[in-house]
Amino acid sequence: MNIEQFKPTTVYTIYIAATPEAVWQALTSAEFSRKYFFGNAVKFDLKVGGAFVVRPPDGSVHISGEVVECDPPRKLTITFNVNWPALIEKLGPTLVSYEIEPAGNAVRLTMTESHDRPISDDILSGGRQGWPAILSSLKSLLETGEPLVIKMEPPRAMLEALKKLGVATP
Amino acid sequence: MPKPEFIYISYIETTPEKLWEALTSSEFTKLYWWDTSVVSDWKVGSPFALVLNGTTTDVGEVLEADRPRRLSYTFQHILSEPASKERPSRVTFVLEQYGKLVKLTLTHEDFAEDSVIIDGISKGWPAIMSSLKSSLESGSALVIPFDALFIAELEEVYRA
Repeated sequence: MNIEQFKPTTVYTIYIAATPEAVWQALTSAEFSRKYFFGNAVKFDLKVGGAFVVRPPDGSVHISGEVVECDPPRKLTITFNVNWPALIEKLGPTLVSYEIEPAGNAVRLTMTESHDRPISDDILSGGRQGWPAILSSLKSLLETGEPLVIKMEPPRAMLEALKKLGVATP
Repeated sequence: MPKPEFIYISYIETTPEKLWEALTSSEFTKLYWWDTSVVSDWKVGSPFALVLNGTTTDVGEVLEADRPRRLSYTFQHILSEPASKERPSRVTFVLEQYGKLVKLTLTHEDFAEDSVIIDGISKGWPAIMSSLKSSLESGSALVIPFDALFIAELEEVYRA
Protein backbone atom coordinates (compact mmCIF):
# COMPACT_ATOMS: atom_id res chain seq x y z
CA MET A 1 0.00 0.00 0.00
CA ASN A 2 1.33 3.38 -0.96
CA ILE A 3 0.85 5.62 2.06
CA GLU A 4 2.13 8.64 0.11
CA GLN A 5 -1.33 8.88 -1.47
CA PHE A 6 -2.96 9.56 1.90
CA LYS A 7 -3.61 13.13 3.03
CA PRO A 8 -4.06 14.06 6.71
CA THR A 9 -7.64 15.06 7.55
CA THR A 10 -7.52 15.10 11.35
CA VAL A 11 -4.51 15.70 13.59
CA TYR A 12 -4.65 15.61 17.39
CA THR A 13 -1.60 16.35 19.50
CA ILE A 14 -1.46 15.73 23.24
CA TYR A 15 1.39 15.89 25.74
CA ILE A 16 1.51 13.18 28.38
CA ALA A 17 3.68 12.92 31.50
CA ALA A 18 4.90 9.38 30.76
CA THR A 19 7.74 7.60 28.99
CA PRO A 20 7.51 6.80 25.27
CA GLU A 21 7.45 3.11 26.23
CA ALA A 22 4.46 3.59 28.53
CA VAL A 23 2.54 5.46 25.82
CA TRP A 24 3.40 2.75 23.28
CA GLN A 25 2.17 0.08 25.66
CA ALA A 26 -1.04 1.99 26.35
CA LEU A 27 -1.71 2.31 22.62
CA THR A 28 -1.03 -1.33 21.79
CA SER A 29 -2.33 -3.38 24.72
CA ALA A 30 -5.92 -4.48 25.28
CA GLU A 31 -5.51 -4.24 29.04
CA PHE A 32 -5.01 -0.47 28.68
CA SER A 33 -7.29 0.21 25.71
CA ARG A 34 -10.33 -1.29 27.45
CA LYS A 35 -9.98 1.47 30.04
CA TYR A 36 -9.68 4.52 27.77
CA PHE A 37 -11.12 3.46 24.38
CA PHE A 38 -14.85 3.09 25.17
CA GLY A 39 -14.25 -0.45 26.50
CA ASN A 40 -12.70 -1.63 23.24
CA ALA A 41 -9.84 -4.15 23.23
CA VAL A 42 -7.11 -3.56 20.64
CA LYS A 43 -5.06 -6.46 19.32
CA PHE A 44 -1.93 -5.95 17.26
CA ASP A 45 0.45 -8.29 15.58
CA LEU A 46 3.24 -5.73 15.89
CA LYS A 47 5.10 -6.19 12.62
CA VAL A 48 4.62 -4.68 9.19
CA GLY A 49 1.77 -6.56 7.54
CA GLY A 50 0.54 -7.83 10.92
CA ALA A 51 -3.17 -7.80 11.73
CA PHE A 52 -4.90 -5.14 13.85
CA VAL A 53 -8.39 -5.54 15.30
CA VAL A 54 -10.57 -3.66 17.77
CA ARG A 55 -13.19 -5.63 19.66
CA PRO A 56 -15.94 -4.11 21.80
CA PRO A 57 -16.89 -5.94 25.01
CA ASP A 58 -19.32 -8.20 23.06
CA GLY A 59 -16.32 -9.71 21.24
CA SER A 60 -17.35 -8.70 17.72
CA VAL A 61 -14.84 -7.11 15.36
CA HIS A 62 -15.58 -3.36 15.20
CA ILE A 63 -12.44 -2.14 13.45
CA SER A 64 -9.85 -4.09 11.51
CA GLY A 65 -6.71 -3.25 9.66
CA GLU A 66 -3.07 -3.95 9.14
CA VAL A 67 0.20 -2.63 10.54
CA VAL A 68 1.87 -0.41 7.93
CA GLU A 69 4.76 1.05 9.95
CA CYS A 70 6.06 -0.22 13.27
CA ASP A 71 8.98 1.44 15.03
CA PRO A 72 8.53 1.00 18.81
CA PRO A 73 8.28 3.24 20.77
CA ARG A 74 8.30 6.01 18.16
CA LYS A 75 5.91 5.39 15.33
CA LEU A 76 2.99 3.12 14.57
CA THR A 77 0.88 3.36 11.43
CA ILE A 78 -2.12 1.15 10.78
CA THR A 79 -5.07 0.90 8.48
CA PHE A 80 -8.13 1.49 10.63
CA ASN A 81 -11.34 0.38 8.94
CA VAL A 82 -14.65 0.37 10.75
CA ASN A 83 -16.46 -2.84 9.82
CA TRP A 84 -19.72 -1.34 8.63
CA PRO A 85 -20.93 -2.97 5.41
CA ALA A 86 -19.79 -1.10 2.26
CA LEU A 87 -17.79 1.44 4.28
CA ILE A 88 -14.41 0.63 2.80
CA GLU A 89 -15.89 0.34 -0.68
CA LYS A 90 -17.43 3.83 -0.41
CA LEU A 91 -14.77 5.68 1.58
CA GLY A 92 -11.59 3.76 0.90
CA PRO A 93 -9.20 2.77 3.66
CA THR A 94 -8.55 4.96 6.69
CA LEU A 95 -4.95 5.35 7.83
CA VAL A 96 -4.08 6.15 11.45
CA SER A 97 -0.60 7.05 12.57
CA TYR A 98 0.73 7.56 16.09
CA GLU A 99 3.98 9.42 16.60
CA ILE A 100 5.61 9.51 20.01
CA GLU A 101 8.39 12.03 20.71
CA PRO A 102 10.09 13.06 23.95
CA ALA A 103 9.29 16.66 25.00
CA GLY A 104 10.73 17.78 28.32
CA ASN A 105 9.30 15.72 31.18
CA ALA A 106 6.52 14.56 28.88
CA VAL A 107 6.02 12.99 25.47
CA ARG A 108 4.20 14.44 22.54
CA LEU A 109 1.72 11.98 21.05
CA THR A 110 0.45 12.98 17.61
CA MET A 111 -2.42 11.07 16.08
CA THR A 112 -2.95 11.64 12.37
CA GLU A 113 -5.95 10.26 10.49
CA SER A 114 -5.49 10.23 6.72
CA HIS A 115 -7.49 9.25 3.67
CA ASP A 116 -6.59 8.58 0.05
CA ARG A 117 -9.57 10.52 -1.38
CA PRO A 118 -11.69 13.53 -0.36
CA ILE A 119 -13.99 12.77 2.59
CA SER A 120 -16.75 15.12 3.75
CA ASP A 121 -16.52 16.97 7.05
CA ASP A 122 -19.73 15.23 8.15
CA ILE A 123 -18.08 11.83 7.83
CA LEU A 124 -14.84 13.07 9.39
CA SER A 125 -16.82 14.39 12.37
CA GLY A 126 -16.80 10.88 13.87
CA GLY A 127 -13.03 10.86 14.28
CA ARG A 128 -12.90 14.53 15.18
CA GLN A 129 -15.31 13.85 18.04
CA GLY A 130 -13.82 10.55 19.11
CA TRP A 131 -10.04 11.08 19.10
CA PRO A 132 -9.98 13.95 21.63
CA ALA A 133 -12.09 11.85 24.01
CA ILE A 134 -10.00 8.70 23.58
CA LEU A 135 -6.66 10.46 23.90
CA SER A 136 -7.80 12.70 26.79
CA SER A 137 -8.72 9.54 28.66
CA LEU A 138 -5.44 7.81 27.73
CA LYS A 139 -3.55 10.79 29.16
CA SER A 140 -5.57 10.74 32.39
CA LEU A 141 -5.01 7.00 32.74
CA LEU A 142 -1.24 7.29 32.39
CA GLU A 143 -0.93 10.36 34.62
CA THR A 144 -3.41 9.60 37.39
CA GLY A 145 -4.03 5.86 37.10
CA GLU A 146 -7.69 6.50 36.32
CA PRO A 147 -9.26 6.89 32.87
CA LEU A 148 -12.10 9.32 32.21
CA VAL A 149 -15.68 8.13 32.05
CA ILE A 150 -16.86 9.38 28.66
CA LYS A 151 -20.10 8.22 27.11
CA MET A 152 -20.45 9.15 23.49
CA GLU A 153 -22.70 8.35 20.56
CA PRO A 154 -21.57 8.64 16.93
CA PRO A 155 -22.40 12.12 15.57
CA ARG A 156 -25.77 12.29 13.83
CA ALA A 157 -24.26 14.17 10.86
CA MET A 158 -21.83 11.30 10.27
CA LEU A 159 -24.51 8.60 10.48
CA GLU A 160 -26.75 10.50 8.05
CA ALA A 161 -23.91 11.10 5.60
CA LEU A 162 -22.96 7.43 5.69
CA LYS A 163 -26.57 6.38 5.19
CA LYS A 164 -26.79 8.59 2.10
CA LEU A 165 -23.72 6.86 0.70
CA GLY A 166 -25.34 3.49 1.29
CA VAL A 167 -23.16 2.45 4.23
CA ALA A 168 -25.13 0.39 6.72
CA THR A 169 -24.55 1.65 10.26
CA PRO A 170 -25.84 -0.09 13.39
CA MET B 1 -10.41 27.08 0.76
CA PRO B 2 -11.98 27.09 4.23
CA LYS B 3 -10.73 29.86 6.52
CA PRO B 4 -7.87 28.66 8.71
CA GLU B 5 -8.80 28.00 12.29
CA PHE B 6 -7.40 25.95 15.12
CA ILE B 7 -9.78 23.85 17.20
CA TYR B 8 -8.70 21.82 20.22
CA ILE B 9 -11.02 19.71 22.34
CA SER B 10 -10.02 18.36 25.71
CA TYR B 11 -11.92 16.37 28.34
CA ILE B 12 -10.87 17.24 31.87
CA GLU B 13 -11.84 15.75 35.21
CA THR B 14 -12.71 18.97 36.98
CA THR B 15 -15.63 21.40 37.39
CA PRO B 16 -16.49 24.28 35.03
CA GLU B 17 -15.83 26.71 37.91
CA LYS B 18 -12.31 25.34 38.56
CA LEU B 19 -11.53 25.31 34.86
CA TRP B 20 -12.74 28.89 34.53
CA GLU B 21 -10.44 29.86 37.37
CA ALA B 22 -7.54 28.05 35.69
CA LEU B 23 -8.12 29.95 32.44
CA THR B 24 -8.56 33.39 33.99
CA SER B 25 -6.35 33.57 37.09
CA SER B 26 -2.89 35.13 36.65
CA GLU B 27 -1.44 32.91 39.34
CA PHE B 28 -2.97 29.73 37.96
CA THR B 29 -1.91 30.26 34.35
CA LYS B 30 1.69 30.72 35.48
CA LEU B 31 1.63 27.11 36.65
CA TYR B 32 0.91 25.56 33.27
CA TRP B 33 1.54 28.27 30.63
CA TRP B 34 5.34 28.63 30.68
CA ASP B 35 5.17 31.02 33.62
CA THR B 36 2.89 33.33 31.64
CA SER B 37 0.19 35.33 33.45
CA VAL B 38 -3.12 36.20 31.84
CA VAL B 39 -4.06 39.69 32.97
CA SER B 40 -7.60 41.05 32.70
CA ASP B 41 -10.54 42.04 34.86
CA TRP B 42 -12.64 39.91 32.46
CA LYS B 43 -15.28 42.51 31.81
CA VAL B 44 -16.50 42.73 28.24
CA GLY B 45 -14.49 45.45 26.51
CA SER B 46 -11.63 45.31 29.02
CA PRO B 47 -8.05 44.73 27.91
CA PHE B 48 -6.52 41.27 27.97
CA ALA B 49 -2.77 40.60 28.10
CA LEU B 50 -0.30 37.76 28.43
CA VAL B 51 2.67 38.78 30.54
CA LEU B 52 5.92 36.86 30.96
CA ASN B 53 8.54 38.07 33.44
CA GLY B 54 7.10 41.57 33.30
CA THR B 55 7.04 41.69 29.50
CA THR B 56 3.73 41.80 27.67
CA THR B 57 3.83 39.28 24.81
CA ASP B 58 0.23 39.35 23.58
CA VAL B 59 -2.71 41.72 23.95
CA GLY B 60 -6.41 41.79 23.16
CA GLU B 61 -9.86 42.76 24.32
CA VAL B 62 -12.44 40.71 26.19
CA LEU B 63 -15.35 39.93 23.86
CA GLU B 64 -17.39 37.56 26.03
CA ALA B 65 -17.09 36.44 29.64
CA ASP B 66 -20.00 34.25 30.68
CA ARG B 67 -18.62 32.53 33.75
CA PRO B 68 -18.18 29.53 33.81
CA ARG B 69 -19.39 28.74 30.30
CA ARG B 70 -17.83 30.90 27.64
CA LEU B 71 -14.77 33.14 27.39
CA SER B 72 -13.65 34.98 24.29
CA TYR B 73 -10.99 37.58 23.57
CA THR B 74 -9.13 39.06 20.65
CA PHE B 75 -5.50 38.06 20.44
CA GLN B 76 -2.54 39.87 18.99
CA HIS B 77 1.08 38.89 19.40
CA ILE B 78 3.10 42.08 19.89
CA LEU B 79 6.67 41.10 20.65
CA SER B 80 7.99 40.37 17.20
CA GLU B 81 7.42 41.47 13.64
CA PRO B 82 5.75 40.63 11.36
CA ALA B 83 3.25 39.09 13.81
CA SER B 84 2.77 42.39 15.62
CA LYS B 85 1.65 44.00 12.35
CA GLU B 86 -1.20 41.52 11.90
CA ARG B 87 -4.69 42.44 12.91
CA PRO B 88 -5.93 40.56 16.00
CA SER B 89 -7.30 37.03 15.75
CA ARG B 90 -9.91 35.61 18.14
CA VAL B 91 -9.73 33.00 20.91
CA THR B 92 -12.86 31.37 22.36
CA PHE B 93 -13.13 28.81 25.15
CA VAL B 94 -16.39 26.92 25.61
CA LEU B 95 -16.74 24.93 28.86
CA GLU B 96 -19.45 22.26 28.98
CA GLN B 97 -20.33 19.88 31.78
CA TYR B 98 -19.98 16.36 30.34
CA GLY B 99 -21.06 13.78 32.88
CA LYS B 100 -18.52 14.14 35.69
CA LEU B 101 -16.11 15.88 33.31
CA VAL B 102 -15.79 19.17 31.53
CA LYS B 103 -15.47 19.27 27.77
CA LEU B 104 -13.27 22.23 26.86
CA THR B 105 -13.38 23.45 23.27
CA LEU B 106 -10.79 26.02 22.27
CA THR B 107 -11.24 27.77 18.93
CA HIS B 108 -8.62 30.17 17.62
CA GLU B 109 -9.85 31.77 14.40
CA ASP B 110 -10.31 34.91 12.34
CA PHE B 111 -6.62 35.07 11.45
CA ALA B 112 -5.23 37.75 9.16
CA GLU B 113 -4.66 36.65 5.58
CA ASP B 114 -1.34 34.81 5.28
CA SER B 115 -1.00 34.96 9.06
CA VAL B 116 2.47 34.12 10.33
CA ILE B 117 1.22 33.11 13.77
CA ILE B 118 -0.94 30.13 12.83
CA ASP B 119 1.97 27.69 12.85
CA GLY B 120 3.09 28.74 16.32
CA ILE B 121 -0.49 28.87 17.59
CA SER B 122 -1.20 25.35 16.34
CA LYS B 123 1.91 23.96 18.00
CA GLY B 124 1.61 25.95 21.21
CA TRP B 125 -2.01 25.35 22.20
CA PRO B 126 -1.81 21.53 22.48
CA ALA B 127 1.11 21.88 24.91
CA ILE B 128 -0.68 24.54 26.97
CA MET B 129 -3.99 22.65 27.02
CA SER B 130 -2.23 19.37 27.91
CA SER B 131 -0.39 21.03 30.78
CA LEU B 132 -3.63 22.66 31.97
CA LYS B 133 -5.35 19.27 32.04
CA SER B 134 -2.44 17.74 33.97
CA SER B 135 -2.39 20.55 36.52
CA LEU B 136 -6.12 20.18 37.20
CA GLU B 137 -6.14 16.38 37.31
CA SER B 138 -2.82 15.39 38.85
CA GLY B 139 -1.78 18.67 40.45
CA SER B 140 1.43 18.76 38.40
CA ALA B 141 1.79 20.79 35.24
CA LEU B 142 4.01 19.52 32.43
CA VAL B 143 7.49 20.89 31.84
CA ILE B 144 7.81 21.20 28.07
CA PRO B 145 10.78 23.21 26.78
CA PHE B 146 10.23 25.49 23.81
CA ASP B 147 12.77 23.75 21.65
CA ALA B 148 10.53 20.68 21.86
CA LEU B 149 7.76 22.60 20.11
CA PHE B 150 9.65 23.63 16.97
CA ILE B 151 8.37 27.20 17.13
CA ALA B 152 11.45 29.16 16.14
CA GLU B 153 9.87 32.56 16.61
CA LEU B 154 8.58 31.83 20.09
CA GLU B 155 11.89 30.39 21.16
CA GLU B 156 13.61 33.68 20.44
CA VAL B 157 10.94 35.64 22.24
CA TYR B 158 10.96 33.57 25.38
CA ARG B 159 14.71 33.22 25.58
CA ALA B 160 15.18 36.97 25.27
